[in-house]
Amino acid sequence: MEKHLFLGDEAIAQAAIDAGLSGVYAYPGTPSTEITEYIQSSPIAQERGIHSKWSTNEKTAMETALGMSYAGKRTLCCMKHVGLNVAADCFMNAAMSGIHGGMIIVTADDPSMHSSQNEQDNRVYGNFAMIPMFEPSNQQEAYDMVYDGFELSEKLGYPILLRITTRMAHSRSGVIRRPVKEEKAMSFPEDGRQRFVLLPALARQRYKILLEAQTIFTEKSENSGYNKYFDAPDKELGIIATGIAFNYLSENYPEGFEYPVLKISQYPLPKKQIEKLVDECKEILVLEEGFPIVEEQLRGLLGREIKVHGRLDGTLQRDGELTPDTVGKALGKEISDYYTIPEVVEQRPPALCNGCGHRDVYDALNDVLKEYKDAKVFSDIGCYTLGALPPFRAIDTCIDMGASITMAKGAADAGLFPSVSVIGDSTFTHSGMTGLLDCVNEETNITIIISDNETTAMTGGQDSAGTGRLEAICEGIGVVPEHIRVMVPLKKNYEEMKQIIREEIEYKGVSVLIPRRECIQTLTKKKKASKK
Amino acid sequence: MKIDIILSGVGGQGILSIAAVIGEAALKEGLYMKQAEVHGMSQRGGDVQSNLRLSNQPISSDLIPRGQADLIISLEPMEGLRYLPYLKKDGWLVTNSQPFVNIPNYPEIDKINAELDKLPKKVVLDVEAIAKEVGSVRSTNIVMLGAATPFLGIEYSKIEDGIRHIFGRKGEEVVNMNLKALKAGFDVAQRLQ
Repeated sequence: MEKHLFLGDEAIAQAAIDAGLSGVYAYPGTPSTEITEYIQSSPIAQERGIHSKWSTNEKTAMETALGMSYAGKRTLCCMKHVGLNVAADCFMNAAMSGIHGGMIIVTADDPSMHSSQNEQDNRVYGNFAMIPMFEPSNQQEAYDMVYDGFELSEKLGYPILLRITTRMAHSRSGVIRRPVKEEKAMSFPEDGRQRFVLLPALARQRYKILLEAQTIFTEKSENSGYNKYFDAPDKELGIIATGIAFNYLSENYPEGFEYPVLKISQYPLPKKQIEKLVDECKEILVLEEGFPIVEEQLRGLLGREIKVHGRLDGTLQRDGELTPDTVGKALGKEISDYYTIPEVVEQRPPALCNGCGHRDVYDALNDVLKEYKDAKVFSDIGCYTLGALPPFRAIDTCIDMGASITMAKGAADAGLFPSVSVIGDSTFTHSGMTGLLDCVNEETNITIIISDNETTAMTGGQDSAGTGRLEAICEGIGVVPEHIRVMVPLKKNYEEMKQIIREEIEYKGVSVLIPRRECIQTLTKKKKASKK
Repeated sequence: MKIDIILSGVGGQGILSIAAVIGEAALKEGLYMKQAEVHGMSQRGGDVQSNLRLSNQPISSDLIPRGQADLIISLEPMEGLRYLPYLKKDGWLVTNSQPFVNIPNYPEIDKINAELDKLPKKVVLDVEAIAKEVGSVRSTNIVMLGAATPFLGIEYSKIEDGIRHIFGRKGEEVVNMNLKALKAGFDVAQRLQ
């Protein structure tokens, strides 16, 4: 059978298309971006008109996906781990209402923080919402879980959370595809009003139903082919390995396992198999990519009954992603080190591209802010976060999507002057706009710079929701038109830029500066494409 | 057959195209493969690497354990040194000799060369110069692939097929330019070994 070389993200995307997907809803975020990009460029998806346009943020994505599911169609909703925080309100309540058309939510977690500000493990969210969850160990499993997952979601009546991590999302391997199914016809749930109107009286009923469903979810896990028990003669230790941790374990036992192993890729935890492992083995080692979630559940609060090793007792490091080496070390295997990194090798951190407009914005801003000793710059998530690094050292904060404007407001409320916010165009429409409304309503003395490169650049140049309409949006929110100032961030305009920045800092109220110049990466791509 | 390769360089140099060509060739050979890449933030001029594993048996881990890589292919000399802990004792480092300087504290090239000299098995070549010689300046990464081909355990013609497949949609001119680059790298490496 023909094997296709797919990234984990691509395997998920192809599986969804093959399973009769009608719409993907997502906001770009590493390492989840390629799922939606793949669907956008897929010929079948184009032919069928599968929805694949980017959503403004993860909350709008989740709600739109739930709406499509309500209308009976199969839908996929993708985001990076921190994106689920943004979408959490809808996510939690979709577990209460349940779904109609199959709905799979993909969370792409980033342990070791390759491209993120934390390494939260979103299996916590799966447990929190009490819905079934998949954690594939390889690309083929990811494909199969999504392909069959829609049907399971429909059968159970609940959304399914698919949790992957960076090494699954961005690793390629051969995948065998299955036949392409038709899309589902539009239909509405017969008991829709009983389920989807979460008034307290109805929500209390739904919650009881969700609680009762837990038994069924556990049974599904216990009978799932993705959870597998491997017996072995030495019962001194029993090993639980979840998701891709199973691969690192297998890597250390090329000739077969020494101890009994329980591979877990479907949640809630398969109770029967865990009981068997604990009964048969003296001690348990838990290998999981992320937080010690299974480990904590096994230990209980006091950890007296079962002897459990893992991230909590120091057998494995508490933070960071697993590797075949850290797992090998936990198993007492020797690591063969022949060479070390020579001292001469220096760190090479990422940097803003040469010719990037953000560079000019920071140069001009830094120059002006030299005149104000108390100035603080609240920034946000995007390429411009790299303004934290030398030679710019231009920003004081970066917390979460959209936080620059609201944090700058809080500091201004506390008396800070000048309180400056630097946010990108896509981040502004993602979740900066509501904060701007707060500023306008209170006439906060704040200077907001929307550094507009007309794209979502950090994740590779996806469409930005507000391109061409930023001034209109700001004006609509209520910013005084004279204090919405557009400029072109180029060296030749430095003096003009500095003059504008100075004037707007001195204006006692809400100013929005929009330095606008297309991202150098998307510009180069366009030039290349037009040459062909 | 089992070969573990680390590809390294600086974001934007094109290590992923090298990985894609080898991956395509391996799949056509009926081999199992896994290839872990780095996307996102580090692609903005930071150090990037890819773990590429090929085998005639199923592969477990997407990541190569320390001390087990058969080969490091690097488009930049300092980046080749960064992954030495992954190289096995008799593994090869095939690297570009020309530094990519985008940090203020980039070490003196003599110090880098001194470290390269210490390695028992290496091929160090100026891929930019070779690419220029054969008129394929935009295919320096494929020159590097050519230089590494003798170590891959995959027939040269299969790598050529991989190039035809990966670059095919960009037109015949691009394919030929890359085939020329591949040959040039291959020939120089043969002389240096």
